[in-house]
This record gives sequence, C-alpha cells and structure tokens, in this order.
Amino acid sequence: MTDAAVVRGRVLDLTSDTARAHVRRRYQAEARFRAYGIGAILFAALALVVLVGDIVIKAVPAFTIAELTMEVNVTAEAIDPTGSNDPAVIARGDFIKPIRDSLLAMFPAAAENRRQRQALYGLLSSDAAMALRDKVVADPALIGTRVSVPVLVSDDVDLFYKGLVTGIEELPTRGIGSPSATTGTVTLLSSANDFSEELVRVKQALAEQAAVLRQERERLRDIDQTNAADLVAAREQLTAARASGAGVAALEGAVTKYESDEASLKATLDGLSARIADLENRFDTAGSPETLDATAPSVLVEINGGVIKATELGNDRIVGEVLIPLTSTDNAQPDAWRTIVLDTPEANRKLSDQEIAWLQQIEEKGLVSERFNFLFFTSGDSREAELAGILGALVGSAFTMLVTLIICLPIGVASAIYLEEFAPKNRWTELIEVNINNLAAVPSIVFGLLGLAVFLNFFGLPRSSPLVGGLVLALLVLPTIIIASRAALKAVPPSIREAALGVGASHQQAVFHHVLPLAMPGVLTGTIIGMAHALGETAPLLLIGMIAFIVDVPQGITQAATVLPVQIFLWSDLPEIGFQAKTSAAIIVLLLFLFLMNGIAIVLRKRFERRW
Amino acid sequence: MTSFYFIAIAAMAVIAFVLGRQRAAAMPGGTRQLHSLPVYHGLFAASAAVIPMLLIAIVLGPLLPRLVEAHALGLLPTDLQPTDELAKATRLREILMVADGTAPAGSVADPVVVAGEAYGSWRSFAGWGALVLGIVAGVAGMLLSLRTVAPGFRARNRFEVIVKIVLIACSAVAILTTVGIVFSVLFETLRFFARYPWYDFLFGLQWSPQTAIRTDQVGQSGAFGAVPLFVGTTLIMLIAMCVAGPIGLFSAIYMAEYASPRVRSVVKPLLEILAGVPTVVFGFFAALTVAPFIRQLGQSLGLDVASESALAAGLVMGIMIIPFVSSLSDDVINAVPQSLRDGSYGMGATKSETIKKVVLPAALSGLVSAFMLAISRAVGETMIVVMAAGLTGNLTFNPLAAVTTVTVQIKTLLVGDQEFDSAKTLSAFALGFVLFFFTLILNVIALKIVQRYREQYD
Amino acid sequence: MEAMVADARPSATIRSVPSEGFKPAKVITQDVNVYYGQKHALKHVTIDIPERSVTAFIGPSGCGKSTFLRCFNRMNDTISAARVTGKIGIDGLDIYDPSLDVVQLRARVGMVFQKPNPFPKSIYENVAYGPRIHGIAASKAELDDIVASSLRKAGLFEEVKDRLNESGTGLSGGQQQRLCIARAIAVGPEVILMDEPCSALDPIATAKIEELIDELRENFTIVIVTHSMQQAARVSQKTAFFHLGDLVEEGPTDMIFTNPKERRTQDYITGRFG
Repeated sequence: MTDAAVVRGRVLDLTSDTARAHVRRRYQAEARFRAYGIGAILFAALALVVLVGDIVIKAVPAFTIAELTMEVNVTAEAIDPTGSNDPAVIARGDFIKPIRDSLLAMFPAAAENRRQRQALYGLLSSDAAMALRDKVVADPALIGTRVSVPVLVSDDVDLFYKGLVTGIEELPTRGIGSPSATTGTVTLLSSANDFSEELVRVKQALAEQAAVLRQERERLRDIDQTNAADLVAAREQLTAARASGAGVAALEGAVTKYESDEASLKATLDGLSARIADLENRFDTAGSPETLDATAPSVLVEINGGVIKATELGNDRIVGEVLIPLTSTDNAQPDAWRTIVLDTPEANRKLSDQEIAWLQQIEEKGLVSERFNFLFFTSGDSREAELAGILGALVGSAFTMLVTLIICLPIGVASAIYLEEFAPKNRWTELIEVNINNLAAVPSIVFGLLGLAVFLNFFGLPRSSPLVGGLVLALLVLPTIIIASRAALKAVPPSIREAALGVGASHQQAVFHHVLPLAMPGVLTGTIIGMAHALGETAPLLLIGMIAFIVDVPQGITQAATVLPVQIFLWSDLPEIGFQAKTSAAIIVLLLFLFLMNGIAIVLRKRFERRW
Repeated sequence: MTSFYFIAIAAMAVIAFVLGRQRAAAMPGGTRQLHSLPVYHGLFAASAAVIPMLLIAIVLGPLLPRLVEAHALGLLPTDLQPTDELAKATRLREILMVADGTAPAGSVADPVVVAGEAYGSWRSFAGWGALVLGIVAGVAGMLLSLRTVAPGFRARNRFEVIVKIVLIACSAVAILTTVGIVFSVLFETLRFFARYPWYDFLFGLQWSPQTAIRTDQVGQSGAFGAVPLFVGTTLIMLIAMCVAGPIGLFSAIYMAEYASPRVRSVVKPLLEILAGVPTVVFGFFAALTVAPFIRQLGQSLGLDVASESALAAGLVMGIMIIPFVSSLSDDVINAVPQSLRDGSYGMGATKSETIKKVVLPAALSGLVSAFMLAISRAVGETMIVVMAAGLTGNLTFNPLAAVTTVTVQIKTLLVGDQEFDSAKTLSAFALGFVLFFFTLILNVIALKIVQRYREQYD
Repeated sequence: MEAMVADARPSATIRSVPSEGFKPAKVITQDVNVYYGQKHALKHVTIDIPERSVTAFIGPSGCGKSTFLRCFNRMNDTISAARVTGKIGIDGLDIYDPSLDVVQLRARVGMVFQKPNPFPKSIYENVAYGPRIHGIAASKAELDDIVASSLRKAGLFEEVKDRLNESGTGLSGGQQQRLCIARAIAVGPEVILMDEPCSALDPIATAKIEELIDELRENFTIVIVTHSMQQAARVSQKTAFFHLGDLVEEGPTDMIFTNPKERRTQDYITGRFG
C-alpha cells in the first residue's frame, strides 16, 4: 500500500533493448500501414487494368472481318428473269444463288448430299450477297457476266479464320503417302512412320485418362471400405438386436441397403479396373492403332487435292473418311501431302471437321482476306453477329443526348442561377437544396420508374423513343449540373458583381452580363461530366422500353431506338462468341466517347481555370 | 401541328421583339430619354406575345386530343362502343389508322371508318383552330405590350420579373421530379397493396411473382414475399462493401496523408477513370469474366459455385464503388484540421499512429456518412446485378449461391411484355418504393451527418 | 435624365441644413440607421455632403463608415440581412423611396471599390459597359468618345490608348483602379463614392489617385472612405469621424485635424487608438 502511494518521477526509457524493440515495432507498424495504402491503390489500378485489358482483348476480333473473294456468274435468270433492267426489280433479285453456285462449284462432291449442301451454304453469312447486290444494282450491265466480289462469311467462319475456333498444328510428313481410294472409307499408308508422333500423343492422353480413373477408383475404394465397415457393424447390431428383439426391422433394412451398395460399388469398381487395365494396356503396347472419336483432337490429311479425316490412327497408317474427294489414288511425295491436327475436339466446337476441311481449302486458294470491319460502324443491330453494327445505337444515343442536353442545360443553369444569385435564404430554398442533393443520390432505376409511370403511362409519350429516354436522363443528370453550375457561379468573386452593380447594372444584368459568362467554363465542365454520366446510363432506359430489338437506324426522336449501353446489354446476353466480341467492341467505342468527353472537360477546366 | 405551333410561337416572338424595339427606339427624344433600353421593350413585347401562346398550348395540348377522341367514339353505334380500357385502346387504334389512311381496306367495320374519317377532320380542325387561337392571342398580347411603350415605361423591370419567374420555375423542376417519383411509386404501390397484403410483401419468405395466365391455374396468385430479395440485396451489398470499404478507405488515407503530389496526380485520374466506367461495362465484366473465373476457382477447390454467384456480382460492384468511397473519404480526411495532426506529431507519434489515433477518430462521422452513401449506391445499383446475379429468390447468405436483388426484380418485372395492370407489374413499383425510401433515408442521414461534420471544422 | 427623375421625384422634401464655408449640399442624410440582423451598425447619422468637393469619412475599422457610404447608392440592398432607416436625399430626391429604380440611382451615384475590380474584359469594354446598359451613347462614335474622355478624365488615356482591346486585368494595380474610376465616370454620375480606393495600392499609385481625386472634384461630388488620416487631410475639404457606428464629429477638414471638438476624435487622430 505504501509503495503504490509513492509518486515516482518517470524517466523516458529510450536506450534499453525493450525500448528499442518497441520503437522497431512501431516503425514496422508504420511500414505495414503504408503498405496497406499502396496495396489498396494497386488493387484499384489492377482492377482497372484487368477490366480494360479483358475487354480490349475480347474486342479485337470484332474490328476486323474475314471476307471471301469469289468469282460469281451473275446470271440473268436469278437476278432479272424478266429482263426488265429496272433497278427496283434488280434490287429484289436472288443474289445469293449465284454465290452459292460458285461455292458449290468449288466442292462439287457436296452437291449430291442435301445436308452437306446446307452445311456448305451455312458457311456464308445470311447477307453474303450484300456487296454483289450493290455492285449489280449500280451497274446492271454486269448481268450475264462473271464478276469478282467480296462475300461475307458467317460469324463462326470469321472466328475460324481468326484462329479462335481451334488451334491448328501441322505435322511434318517424311514418307510417301498412298491412299487406297478417292471416296468413302480409305486407308492411307505412309512409307515412313509419319503418324507415330500423333499416336504417341493419343496414347499419352490415354495414360492421363487412366490416371484420372485411378484416382476415381481410389475414392470409390475408400467409400467401399467405409461401407464394408458399416456393413459389418450393422450386421453385429442386427445380431444383437435379434437377441433382444428390438428394432430388428430397421436394422435389417440398413443391412440390406449396405449390401446392395456394396454390390453396386463392387460392380463399378470392377468396371473401372477393367477400363484402366484396357487403357494401360493400350498405352503400353506402343504403336498399336487407336480409334479417334469426336472427343479427341481431329486429325485431317490433305492429299491429292482431297481431305481425309482419320478415324483410326496407327504408326504408319490411318483409316478414315474422305471429307473432300481425292483426285486420284496416286502416291504422293513427302512435300505434296500433309497432316493437320485440330486441337479442339469436334464435339467442343461449332464447325465440323467437314466444314473446316472446306474452309482450309478455300484459304489455301488464297480467297480469304481480313479487312477492317466497316460494317460494324455502318449498320444497325442484327441477329447475325457478322452483320450486327452499332450505328443504330450510336444514332439513338446521339438523339437521346440531344434531348437530354436541350432540357437539362437551360433548366440546370437557370435553377443554379436562381439558387445561387436570387433565392432568398428561407425554408423553401433550403428544401430545394436538400432535395437536389438527395436527388443526386437516388438510384437511377427509380428514374426509370418515374419515366414509365409519368412520361409513358400518364402523358402517353411514345415508348422506346429517344424523346422519353432523353427526358428521363435529363432529370437524372439535372442535380449534377445544378451542383456544378452553382459551384462555378460561387467561384466568381463578389467584386465582379459589385463592380457591375456600381455602374448601375441591375442584379440580373450583373449576373447575365458578367457572372454567368465567367462561370461558363465551370458550367460546361459540369455539363459534360453530367452528359458522360447520361451516356453510360442503362438501367432507367430498360424500363422505358429502349431495350427493343431495332434493326433500322432511327430517324427522329419519337421513333423507337436503342442506345449504346443498352445495345451492349442486349448483346452481352447472346450466347454466340461473335457477339461477345461485338459487345466488347461496342464497350470500347462507348469508353472512347466517355474518355473523350471527360478529356474535353479536363481541358476546359485547365484552360479556363482562373485564380482570382 | 405541334411543330407548326412552335414555329408560330418563335415567329411571333421575333416579330414582337423587333416591333417593340423599333417602337421604343423611335420614341421622341431618343434612347437617352427612355427608362429602359429599346432591347428590353422588345423583350417585353416578345414575352407578352409568347406567354399567352404557351398558356393556350399547355391548356389545349392535352385537352383537344381527348375531346376529339370522345367525339369520334360517340359516333360509334352502341354495339361497337368499347366496354373496357383495352377495347377502347383497340378501337382508338383502328380509328387512328383510318384517320391516317393506313388502315388496310376492309380491315375495320364501316361505322368505325365513319368515325375514323370524322376523327381525321375533327383533328385537323382542332389543330388549325388551336393555331389560329394561339396566333390571335399572341398578336393581342403583342399589341397590348406595344401600346405600353413609353419613355417612362419600366420594360426592363417588367422583363426581369418574367425572367425571375422562369428561373424559379426551373428550380422547381427538381422538386417536381421528387414529387413525381414519390407519387408514381406511391400510387402503384397502394394499388398493389390493395391486392396483396403489405405485411406479406414485407415479411413473406417466398418470392415467385410469375402470376399465372388462367385464373383457375394452381398458384395463380403468385407469391410476393420480398424478404429473399432484401436478403440477396444485403448479401451482395455486404460483399461489395467488404471490397470497397477497406480498399477505398486505405487508398483515401494514402492519397490524403502519404502520397506525393506526383503520385496524387497519377492516381486521382486513375480512380476517376474507374468511376467513369459505365455500370453496364462492369456488368459485362462480372458476367463474362469474373463469374466464370470464380466458378472455376471454386470447382478446383472442390466448392459448389453457382454460375451467377453473389460473390462475382458483389466483387465487381465493390470495385465499382472503390472510387466513390475513396473520393468521399479523401474529402472527409482532408477536412480534418492540420493542427490536430501537428499536436500528435509533436508528441512523437508516427504517421500511422497519428492517422489511427487522431485523424480517423476525428473524421469518423464523415467516414460513416461516406460509407452510408456507398451502401445506398450499392443497394440501388442495377446493371451489375441484372447481368451477373440470379433471378430466383433464394433465402441464403451463402456468397457462392445465386441470389436476386430488388433492382433485378424491378427490371425483370417491368421489361418485356407487361401484363396491363397485373399484380406482377405493380409489385415492381412496390419494390421501387422500398428502394427509393431506403436509399432516401440513408442519403438524408448521411448528408446531415456530413453537413454537421463540415460545420464542425469550418 | 429628366424623364427618369420625373417619375421618381418624391413628394416628401428633405430639408438641407445650410452650413457655412461649404458649397451647397448635394447629399443630405437625416437620422440614418443601419442594422445587420440584430446588430445596430450605424446609429442616427445626419450629415450634409457638399457638392463639387471631397468629403472624407474616417474612423477605425468596423466604425460603420463603409456601411454608411454604401447607403448612398443602396449597395446595402444586396445584403439581405441589412436594413436601412432614415432619409437620404440627393438633390432633394429621397433615394429610399420605394418607387425609385435603384439602377438609375446607381447611374447617378458611381462607386469605386477598395480592391480594383475591372471586369475580365478589354479596357474599352470596361468603360463602355455602363454607357451601354444605360443607353447613353446613340452611336458607336459617341461611345468611343465617351470611353476616350472618361479615360482621359481618369488620367489613364495616354497610358492605354494603344491597347484599348487588351484585358483590363492586365494593367497594374494603380492603373486598374484608375480604370475603375474611368468606368464610374463614363456613366456621367453626379456623386462618386470611393471605398478606401488606395488601400490595395503602393504609395506612388496612391499619389496619382489622390491627384486625380483632386482634379475630379471640379466636376463631381466625391465621398471617400479612408483608413489613412493623412490621405483625408490631403484630399478632402470636409471630414466626418465615425466611431462604433456613431458619427462623432464632422466639419471642415483642417478644423477636424487641427482643432477637434471631441475627445474621441483627438485620440484617434493623434494615434491613441485605431
């Protein structure tokens, strides 16, 4: 007691080891804290990079498009059967037929089989004849002649030529290849073991498969053991229960269940063991032929102008189906034939081996070219990925933004002027201010509800139109513009107002002649930022029906239209990979517009920034 | 006709302006003797002409079409008279097609053709009548104002009163917007609650709004228990805040306390870019990149992950909110006076100790309001969850499962083919009502706190 | 000018108190009080401002002299909390008459502010703005004349005649203030109010402005608020001393400085407080 009551003078301990350790710990904590901050910023930066990078990578394929250059016989019976020479009649002509004929002429074997023919035609876009039609309508003299035109392919074909459908690997050929027939099932012999490499790979896959199955077998064995133990326990319990005579029925049921489980597990395990043994056996006997199915990479052999798809693979031979008939059964020298492997199994891609065989041949003929995809910027929406473009959405966005700007700029600036310059400080003004701040934080979808209930249902304005979209977005960005404009007006020093008032300007003259022009850069900066916000807004527009599928480019603000972000939303829902690229490309266009707008805002702010 | 009317207004405005200005300039004694510049006389004359024309447009604009419609419907024989709203709309569409001449021959009954033709002539008569009436009113207004032109007439003061009224009207638009929102959701919500008890809506555990088409179908009433939606929204919001909260706060602390001006000048625009990315882009990223990635990751760990997991949506939403949290927190931290920090440094505290023990406690209320605003943002966010979250209302807090949110359901219920006036459609407005008031309350409280916080350090 | 005065001439007359040694009064105030909300900023001030001479208001900061000055062209109207009672008459016209247009009053009573505040526009536009909004010039040539003569009267013309289209904010502080004076003169006011016009200027610029004030006295009635007693002594003919909202003493400048009647005045001018 007495000790504790003594007040001791304390000396700050700086030199002892514990003190040093304490200081070190404090500095470590400091460094850690700092690292958290840097980590947080790096995470945000990383997120941005991954986001933009991911979208750019996905978007790249959409900016180019594959095109076939084909020689087409423009026959009069398809285009202008009556010989009218009338552009209106010609425009309605069947331009797809000459192109299909020309394609069929390349692969005459496909003509005999209806399904093959349809598959061949399916390689072309549904609007493949676009260029031909334009050309012939512009120059009817071409009817009856043979012209060379670019032909649009379907989106899957486009992706194939961009290498996005499957990886293609060419195997070297050293021996002389000799096919047994030109059509049907053929055997191809090679004088060297040209297929051994691929066979090794196939065997390797067997070994991997066996390993997976072995793991599965281990897992099942564990279950089996537990089950067996349970069964033993249950039997013992049953014996005990029989002795006591209680709960026998339930235990009997349990035992029966365990027994049947045991039996089925045994059967499964036996099956697995057999498959594993088979796989291991096949793997061990190197060089024994293997069967290829749709879940394995496809092996195609190009020889004598035809293509054989391997169904069975040996070291020096394949057995396969002819996809494109061979011209002869002659022996082919080592550099005159080749073997290609399609990495993605046929079951996992949209294009069959047959279609790829055709496409490979077309490419080897030098008919395929990649060019910048102008169509993406000059056409409206479409159900076909290769035809879909963003022009409709861009024009829709432009109309919507126009309506938004016309409404929210004057109203926003006017209310900012009133609140900042003329409003008396009273409850009413305060209410407006609180209200504007809150409105700025109301979820955007609520504005969609407002648009739906008020503009569509009450005022009966046209659904899906840029007019309604623009109105809704105007209300949405109004608070942003008011707040920015007020800040800009506030930044103009009162001495300017006083100077104007001093020479006898009325308050309104002082504001409109001096204050507002000086605040204008700030107002415009706020407006541009608000418009950028409106340009990227999606949710409220969905509710007022701007989500409709619209092919035509809108002509006015009361027509049905869609806007860029909604177009992105619509495309993102479609399963085709082609649309995924289009979505990303549309996002890039949208982001470019937003960066441009924000850039202008920053330049404006920098350029007209005035220090008073 | 509408465009003609507006052209007429513009023309009248120009004419009145020119006449008014000329008349004032021609006053004996020259402009020096005038109270107001001739320009103001012109502007006053123009407003005197335009205001009555606009008033007529506002009154007649909605009224005339209804009168003409009623007249046309009145011409129909009794057996063709519409009995309900839907039939009326169909009949009116037929009449309109006849009037526009777009109705295919023989597609509509003869009496309807008669009514349609009457509608057409009445419509054009009404249009021209309104135009003439408007021009007469405009000319009258202009002439009256021209008579007032005199040296002593205070045209500027009068015109400034008009301008002021216009300014007040513009600032009332913001109020009208709020009123519009409140009423549009309130009315539909009340109609919904008339059909479906509100306590079942707020506390019901089952959400399956697919109202059947036939009335005798099993389960035709649909279940509108919104709790699964509230739970789903909360779950995704919590995940988002777990990402955005610490990261946003730490980056704000780093930016405000540690970063050199050079680092700031790089990082600030970076965060602004992130803030400027439209939500539909984040949604695309969530649905096509993050969700499959999380699913694969989960599967490789032996977890069962839904393809539309709450985790993916919440994670991306968190990334979206980071700049929001960081810029608000940055402002709040910067508002803490330097003297507080200096006091702490003066006692030998390190920077992080100062931040943890002095700055953050001082900024606490501001930070709380920043987080509240961020929560309100997350709750109201639509596109990310529409694209990356599920559609079925699962009552679960498992972040790997698919959940749905309030905004997703509003969008789902109102987009596409709506059944006119069904409980399904109305329930979306009830959800909107809940959403609006929840975010409104959060915002009001947050803004109040931040206002008080600012005053504290001003 | 005739017309606008005609419709605003009040029926109430404001009596002028004749005072010796001064020219006839241009501005007369009677029992002027100013309140800022609850605060009584100016108490019962009655004073005559003689025409075509310089009247100086002196006193420590916060004494109400600037507030009083701002009553003369009703600049206090812009502060919503401010309330003015009492009478102020210019040539017998009650300037707080509700029917009077304040804009026209300010055309008759010009003002120069503490800090030079040219519009961020060209020198020409700065001066031309007033005549334009009041419709003083009938033609461009007349406007050019007004601008040139105003600048000349403000002693700035020679310095800026070659760069009338350059921004007014690019001038030096003293030049800016003279530009503001030119801007005030251009409207043709009868009274010019100057609110510490030299407080932001260096001594050389100050001397120029003071010279200018002395010249302007021939044509204008000038009221100047100043912090500097020397300045008041140099430029003014009449001086009024304010303290804590009271008009303590007024009289011919040399009298105030050499022989003040009030103790507070004496303490102030001898530097005992301020």
